[in-house]
Amino acid sequence: MELNVLDEEYMTSGHVACPGCGAAIAMRFFLKAVGDKTIIVLPACCWSIIAGPYPQSTVKVPVIHSAFETGGAVASGVRAALDMKGDTETTVVTWAGDGGTFDIGFQALSGAVERNEDFIYVCYDNEAYMNTGIQRSSSTPYGAWTTTTPGDEWKKLRKKNIVEVLVAHRIPYAATANIAFPEDLVRKAKKAQSIKGSKFLHIFASCPTGWRIPSESSIKIARIAVQTNIFPLYEVEDGVKYTINYKPKEFPVSEYFKLQGRFQHLTDEDMKHIQKMVDEDWALLLRKAGERP
Amino acid sequence: MKRVVEGSQAVAEAVRLARVNVISAYPITPQTHIVEFLSEYCANGTMNARFLRVESEHSALAALIGTASTGVRSFTATSGQGLALMHELLHWASGARLPIVMAEVNRALAPGWNIWIDQTDSLAQRDTGWIQMYCEHGQEVLDSVIQAYRLGELVSLPVMVVLDAFYLSHTYEPVDIPEQELVDRFLPPYKPMFQLDTEDPCAFGSLVTPNAYMEMRHNIAMAMEEVLSLFQDVENEFEAIFDRRYGAIEPVGCDDAEIILVTSGTVTSTCRQVVDDLRSRGEKVGLLKVKLFRPFPVDLIRQNLTSAKKIAVIDRNFSFGASGIFAQEIRAALCNTPERPLSFGYVVGLGGRDVTEDVLEDIYWDTKNNEVPVKESIWMGLQEV
Repeated sequence: MELNVLDEEYMTSGHVACPGCGAAIAMRFFLKAVGDKTIIVLPACCWSIIAGPYPQSTVKVPVIHSAFETGGAVASGVRAALDMKGDTETTVVTWAGDGGTFDIGFQALSGAVERNEDFIYVCYDNEAYMNTGIQRSSSTPYGAWTTTTPGDEWKKLRKKNIVEVLVAHRIPYAATANIAFPEDLVRKAKKAQSIKGSKFLHIFASCPTGWRIPSESSIKIARIAVQTNIFPLYEVEDGVKYTINYKPKEFPVSEYFKLQGRFQHLTDEDMKHIQKMVDEDWALLLRKAGERP
Repeated sequence: MKRVVEGSQAVAEAVRLARVNVISAYPITPQTHIVEFLSEYCANGTMNARFLRVESEHSALAALIGTASTGVRSFTATSGQGLALMHELLHWASGARLPIVMAEVNRALAPGWNIWIDQTDSLAQRDTGWIQMYCEHGQEVLDSVIQAYRLGELVSLPVMVVLDAFYLSHTYEPVDIPEQELVDRFLPPYKPMFQLDTEDPCAFGSLVTPNAYMEMRHNIAMAMEEVLSLFQDVENEFEAIFDRRYGAIEPVGCDDAEIILVTSGTVTSTCRQVVDDLRSRGEKVGLLKVKLFRPFPVDLIRQNLTSAKKIAVIDRNFSFGASGIFAQEIRAALCNTPERPLSFGYVVGLGGRDVTEDVLEDIYWDTKNNEVPVKESIWMGLQEV
């Protein structure tokens, strides 16, 4: 298969991500899509480390590290300043993890999107506070072990549906993407760049360290997340127009769960319950897209 | 041209004259009039600036960290709870060496809810790396905001211009509002040393190991120290154009005074009257107004206070478990001088309680009539509860 992805690299070797890190792969493809006329706002997340310590940087675009909860606000400022300088060409991107998006940075994100600031907010989602050592976030899925949901206290709450929350803002463009589907990811990043106003990309980025998986299965597991409908690929324009980009054939969720150490405690009964939730969510998404379940 | 304006409008006029490019703010009483004036100026084209209507004070300052890092002149204003919410980013702004200017209208911290003057909100931010100036009247507010940009941009540090709730923010006074051309002569366009630039991509604020962090902090310390002399240079330049200056501190009759009252903010104006009255009755009393709080002008304070027998530091703020904050700082400044006055500390006017001439005169007599302070901090006018 030929990939319709640029050869140009805007991320250098020598970054300090763990082997198989989905977040590093996500950045590499994203930058290939948006190019080097881009400024990245980087609230605290794994990428605060991956980008490299002072005085080095692993990306060939300007980066401003920012406080954990400020991704939406700092980007608003960068955009406003560029506008005042007459620079409407440069793309402003906030690149945040799930903690900085779903939890602590949610207020600033919601504020920026309500104001329809002209920027792309990317959440690379590894489903827990991985940089601090695998603590649960509101993005951690039902069933997961983390260091703050250990033993029998594994997470028994659903993952927050962040895309739908953004869609409720009537954001001009919101989409999910996945490191195992680079062409789709690149297309969505380019599309986001071409739209004025706020854009949200939710990129599924596997974490070998936190998910207790071998680093070489990072892409495979990310792909199965789509194939099992656990992480559907879709996009929403102007808060109303839903397009589902990939329709998997029936594939039980257990195929996804059995490969990961973080789910090893789950029983068949738990798996049935999870399957039911995933089926419900998929049916709901189909209805929103005007399709029959 | 002199106009009768509110303290808040004096701030807004100064921001306009400083040709600020982005204002980012969240409403909080008693700061609100400042941002209302500025919104109006942005909306009607009086200013060529963007007004970011963010969803919190935290985001207000975060947005300015973005604007200033992109190389444009930036302003915000807040009070009390709003400043407390900004705390983390106050450190960030100075650590990132961004010359943001903020007008901080002193407001008491809750609970209980209180919108009136109390300096504890800004003084509690003394370790955040911001230059802090405390103002006495509307003219000083306007002049200080303009000077704040000049000073902050020279050393790449943020500046807080502090004014009393209501007594200053909402009080109308005649204020000379200078011509744009004169302000342009004093304040050149902002030329940042570093900025986000896709032609010259750099990373700002990356992980710093113990190998470099300490040197970066030392650089901030050196920049703060430099402010002490630069403040005078900036005042010289300002005076040459506008014929006004204030001083990091202002001594009034300190040379021959046996007792010196030390004040900041609007209490100073009341105290000037009290000192005049006492002097006319033969009392050897002086007044020291402290304007620049960060960096703290230690040498100037030593020079002006050491000849007195006693000083009475008047604090409209309090650090629980310690004392009034100006009293702490002044005692620390004096402790290494062999000849130093006894220092009396008085706590007054918290949460907006009036500080009258009588209160200040009581302080004078208490200082004079007691050989040593009865307590480290004497709370004035406490009622039976």
